[in-house]
Amino acid sequence: MRDFPEHPDWLWSSPQPKRSYDVVIVGGGGHGLATAYYLAKNHGITDVAVLERGWLAGGNMARNTTIIRSNYLWDESAGIYEHALKLWEGLEEDLGYPILFSRRGVLNLAHSLQDVRESVRRVHANRLNGIDAEWLGPEEVKEVCPIVNVSPGVRYPVLGATYQPRAGIAKHDYVAWGYARAAAAMGVHLVENCEVTGIEVTGGRVRAVETAQGRIAAGTVALCAAGHSSVVGAMAGVKLPLQSHPLQALVSELLEPVHPTVVMSNAVHVYVSQAHKGELVMGAGIDAYNSYRQRGAFHIIERQMSAALELFPIFARAHVLRTWGGVVDVSPDASPIVGPTPVENLYVNCGWGTGGFKATPGVGWCYAHTIAHGEPHPLNAPFSLERFTTGALVDEHGAAAVAH
Amino acid sequence: MTSHHRRHRRPGFGGEPLRFRFDGQDYEGLRGDTLASALLANGVRTVATSAALGRPRGIYASWTEEPNAIVQIEHPFPEPMLQATTVELYDGLVATGLTGRGRLSDRPDPARHDAVHAHCDVLVVGAGPAGLAAARAAAGSGARVILADDRPIAGGSLPDTAETVDGVPGAAWASAVAADLAGRPDVRVLSRTSVFGYYDDNYLVAVERRGEWGGQGRARERVWRIRAGRVVLATGAHERPIAFADNDRPGVMLAGAARAYANRYGVLPGRRAVVFTAGDSAYAAARDLASAGVEIAAIVDVRQAPGARWDGAEILSGHVVTGVGGDGAVSSVSVSDGREIQADLLLVSGGWNPVVHLFGQAGGELRYDEGIGSFVPRSARQALEVAGAARGVFSLSGCLEDGAAAGARAAEAAGFRAPPRHPAPRASDDGASDNGASDNGASDNGAPDADEPVAFWLVPSGDYRSHFVDLQRDVTVADVVRATGAGLRSVEHVKRYTTAGTAHDQGKLSGVLTSAIVAHAIGADIAQLGTTTFRAPYMPVSFATLAGRDRGALHDPVRVTSLHDWHVAHGALFENVGQWKRPWYYPRPGEDMEAAVLRECRAVRQSVGAMDASTLGKIDVQGPDAAEFLDRLYTNMMSTLKVGAIRYGVMCRADGMVFDDGTVIRLADDRFLVTTTTGNAAAVLDWMEEWLQTEWPSLRVYCTSVTEHWATVALAGPGSRDVLAGLAPGPAVDAASFPFMTWRDAEVAGIAARVCRISFSGELAYEINVNAWDGLALWEALHATGAVTPYGTETMHVLRAEKGYPIVGQDTDGTVTPADLGMDWVVSKKKAGFIGKRSFARSDTARPDRRHLVGLLPADPDFLLPEGAHLVESSTLPEPPVPTLGHVTSSYRSAALGRTFALALVSGGRERVGERLYVPLGGEPVPVTVTHHVLYDPEGARRDG
Ligand SMILES: Cc1cc2nc3c(=O)[nH]c(=O)nc-3n(C[C@H](O)[C@H](O)[C@H](O)COP(=O)(O)OP(=O)(O)OC[C@H]3O[C@@H](n4cnc5c(N)ncnc54)[C@H](O)[C@@H]3O)c2cc1C
Repeated sequence: MRDFPEHPDWLWSSPQPKRSYDVVIVGGGGHGLATAYYLAKNHGITDVAVLERGWLAGGNMARNTTIIRSNYLWDESAGIYEHALKLWEGLEEDLGYPILFSRRGVLNLAHSLQDVRESVRRVHANRLNGIDAEWLGPEEVKEVCPIVNVSPGVRYPVLGATYQPRAGIAKHDYVAWGYARAAAAMGVHLVENCEVTGIEVTGGRVRAVETAQGRIAAGTVALCAAGHSSVVGAMAGVKLPLQSHPLQALVSELLEPVHPTVVMSNAVHVYVSQAHKGELVMGAGIDAYNSYRQRGAFHIIERQMSAALELFPIFARAHVLRTWGGVVDVSPDASPIVGPTPVENLYVNCGWGTGGFKATPGVGWCYAHTIAHGEPHPLNAPFSLERFTTGALVDEHGAAAVAH
Repeated sequence: MTSHHRRHRRPGFGGEPLRFRFDGQDYEGLRGDTLASALLANGVRTVATSAALGRPRGIYASWTEEPNAIVQIEHPFPEPMLQATTVELYDGLVATGLTGRGRLSDRPDPARHDAVHAHCDVLVVGAGPAGLAAARAAAGSGARVILADDRPIAGGSLPDTAETVDGVPGAAWASAVAADLAGRPDVRVLSRTSVFGYYDDNYLVAVERRGEWGGQGRARERVWRIRAGRVVLATGAHERPIAFADNDRPGVMLAGAARAYANRYGVLPGRRAVVFTAGDSAYAAARDLASAGVEIAAIVDVRQAPGARWDGAEILSGHVVTGVGGDGAVSSVSVSDGREIQADLLLVSGGWNPVVHLFGQAGGELRYDEGIGSFVPRSARQALEVAGAARGVFSLSGCLEDGAAAGARAAEAAGFRAPPRHPAPRASDDGASDNGASDNGASDNGAPDADEPVAFWLVPSGDYRSHFVDLQRDVTVADVVRATGAGLRSVEHVKRYTTAGTAHDQGKLSGVLTSAIVAHAIGADIAQLGTTTFRAPYMPVSFATLAGRDRGALHDPVRVTSLHDWHVAHGALFENVGQWKRPWYYPRPGEDMEAAVLRECRAVRQSVGAMDASTLGKIDVQGPDAAEFLDRLYTNMMSTLKVGAIRYGVMCRADGMVFDDGTVIRLADDRFLVTTTTGNAAAVLDWMEEWLQTEWPSLRVYCTSVTEHWATVALAGPGSRDVLAGLAPGPAVDAASFPFMTWRDAEVAGIAARVCRISFSGELAYEINVNAWDGLALWEALHATGAVTPYGTETMHVLRAEKGYPIVGQDTDGTVTPADLGMDWVVSKKKAGFIGKRSFARSDTARPDRRHLVGLLPADPDFLLPEGAHLVESSTLPEPPVPTLGHVTSSYRSAALGRTFALALVSGGRERVGERLYVPLGGEPVPVTVTHHVLYDPEGARRDG
């Protein structure tokens, strides 16, 4: 009677770390694991360790609301997110793991004339990029998601929405474990409880990392530390233009299906889907204050509930079962930073902020390429650290203030 | 209906009968019952069906730790998935047992919800013996005390037991103490109030249940937002289950819960019981149940030499229960000595887990206590004390003692002098060793023998597929072992692999058990393994409760100008701009939007129009360094502005991208009035404060929002001078005496006004500012001239677009520099520094092919381009991805131009003027011609009228 696929009988072992690896990946979240997997699979590089300070994929990977979409505004973003979406579409077979990618579409609601302009702009941009995108009026929104309150009496009425039918959600843990298992099977070492506490750089080149389990030498060090990236970067003297903030989410009890798709609203500040077992999963905007603690403030949750009921009055008597927080690394242009650093053989992948889950396969693929070739893949080339010097920003604030 | 399971009526509730319906059957319960106790009283044993495996489930616990009895409320208002053990019975309640999922109602929720703020010196959480003692001690010091407890009556688990304090029954003692506390002026006693979240800086949140039955106009539930100087957590303990075969059957119940049903509710949960225990507290339960009329068939005690003795039943020491018989509910119990004992009730006690959830939420660290086989607080991160069973003190006398000490400590830490201690109340277990009860009916008396298991979690077996760990999620020992077999070593991973601990009870019963089984399976030390993270809310809270009153119109404040009622009366349609309602256009009968806007545009260009511009942000910037401050903030020079003059200015972010624009009026040497866009007013003030407070604290500048102090009317059009002259005979209004970009104080229609000569339409125009109170009088005086047409934001947008004036946020998107807008002139070359200056030197910001603001004329003069459409180079679209050249930011029909036109941001746009580009809209791409962005009156001839 379990309507849920079983996990495999074997996932990964917990080896003692060796004294040295070709590639050391700092951070065992989704990005670190996917990078390790594609290093092994696409580039035959298997002398790789993923060092995770806690339990594997226990950071944002375990905490996000799993929205997957590729309908970003700028061509640069569309490129990498669409690459990821294409990989999502075949990931279950590729990893041999039931990741529950559910293509249920995402609605991004517009609540003001300015929202409408931005949304239409994004739809047109997406189409030029070959990304499925539609602009829906309020009645069409209601057809896709009958429980959205589209009445004009709402404080900020729904004036329409963009719709990406190929978008959806997946099961975050399953994704992480799918990558972990496949990477471990190819010889990658997944080392938990192994916090990196220092990075050894001599002659402008990275040599090793200091960890809770001793010094580990490395030909290449690749950072995948999400919310802690600026801290880890500083260990190598690399200053990253990031602000870390808590981002909270919550889940309800299991409910009979009412919500067939994913709805996001920047203006009314809530995004919600009904996950596979029936629980409502939702989040809001970031907590304003900088913090490295995985907890936020309560008024954010209260406001999120007010927003949720504004759009979905039917949720009134659902209950919050659990709330939690992650630490997201927000860059000045709300776009990621993926590529080389001023330190030779030290690479950085960070700045995904509130929206990096959906990128997991795509960034793993491109970052592995970058590490293997010593230069960026064309899809992550625009996301260099240098752009903050040159000014070639990829500003996704306007169209994606909450870029989940 | 009278029930043979009801022994006596619960004192303190009047015993009033209440009718309810469950799963289609009508029943009767008593006031003071929970749905669970009422069901048990009616002999209902199977209440729900398990989610994944479809197994019958009964009532397992007696309060928020219940994993099994999950019900849907149908009436008075549908509410999904509540624990029957926490639903207070009321007359007319209709509920059904659930299988895994609840149901939402699409009926509008009629209930009200609210929130209350409270401050106190000492917050005591839990009104059990420890909490009551703590609150009494703290209150005695003069501290302001809040005592919050989630049950309807005080006493914690005291009413569940037969214990006495100071010679009176525990429940009576507790109500007397609570009543005494409630009567003190500085003490607030909150019952039915669950503290569910512990946030930073001793900010705690609680939900108070005031009942569906609360009546009209009263909030059903309300959130208490409490800021406490010091907190005492007296949250008690939960009894621990034991995993054995079929331990999920209806009829299997925690021993302490059965004791509660007997003592608190006067309900017998069965007729003939077997007790399965690893400790002494179950003996007290057995005794209470026996005296209530339940036959105790045997006590199966895992210990070889139990500390407790009782001759009311046979004690099978050194044995375990290996399973239960019966198709659905329990009908017999199998014991490891081979016996099968007939029984309809199996009471289980595997020890007690301190309730450390709030302590954990507060960032506290736990340690494993060998003595009780569970986790207890080690070090706190916030200003708190833990007292009683919550820190592993399980005897009643110990809890009273511990609570009083914690309360006194808390009061002292909060700055009060604790009074001399009360003589400690005498508990019935004082000096006794075998029948203690405390906050949660637990007792630990006498150190266990060294070779006895203190904590007993699991009955060994060859097959663990029906040894349940998390009953609500249908997780068995076999599932946990499978997870560790897959290589998992962390309890967080096991939780996620199995879903144990993710349901309603958030692992209240399953958490420590899961850790223990993982430790057992991988041969690790449970002390090292720890628990999963404790998260708010401690128990489920409905969305509506958290949303409180912030719904509908109160979701976000609606801001309206002092002229709003006039606009409504004159048929305006409104646009939301930020929180403001702005008149969008004023259709006349029979007019659609297009017709109305063309008419309004014509009125302004040909005669005179008036717009309510009161929503523009206004910030009064004062101080000796105000001019210097504005020089740093704006790209252009403000310090050279003369008093009496006005200058348009642009602000950029540090990245050199346009952030806001508006006018700056110099009122005095040290005083300016800055206007901002409507939507950005708050952001600009924040921006100013951020720089002043974090980067330039040495500047002596004060910024004050005065947006709502003024009503502002834009009077625009060639006829505006005459209208103004007619109403303001004072100042000369000819172009020479009142030049463009200056201001005057004047009387307009007898009202003191500040009149500015600025224009956002290219026409001769005035902005008249008056006290908000006088706004309507001014507006009506203007309209009384008969010359003036009111116009809305849409017309304003069209007119400014004809002139190529950008709207920040519409024609810019955070990626546009002043130069991109063709406004090099607004960037000072002379100033040493201003925000964004450095970024203008960056290679990308200086790139020639940046997107420039240009005009577009569709080849078909009647074709209106959609805003947001993109531009491409050729009329035939290649395969995607097709690089975009830019997009249409604004697009209108122009009365003045007699055609449609648009503004767009186009790559290298200024060099493309005259070029043909294409707009793909599905079907044939639409041809357009690139033009300069100023399409109307490029010479500015109309500005002076
Ligand atoms: C509440 C919430 C909701 C979200 N919703 C979405 C969504 O709907 N869609 C979406 O696309 N994205 C979403 N995101 C964002 C997404 O989760 C992240 O962008 C993404 O997970 C980041 O990559 P990651 O998985 O590698 O990060 P993480 O899982 O955080 O991995 C980083 C790892 O680095 C480890 N680490 C840090 N420092 C060290 C050190 N010194 N040594 C060793 N290890 C270290 C951390 O412990 C962590 O495990 C959400 C995030 C949150 C918090």
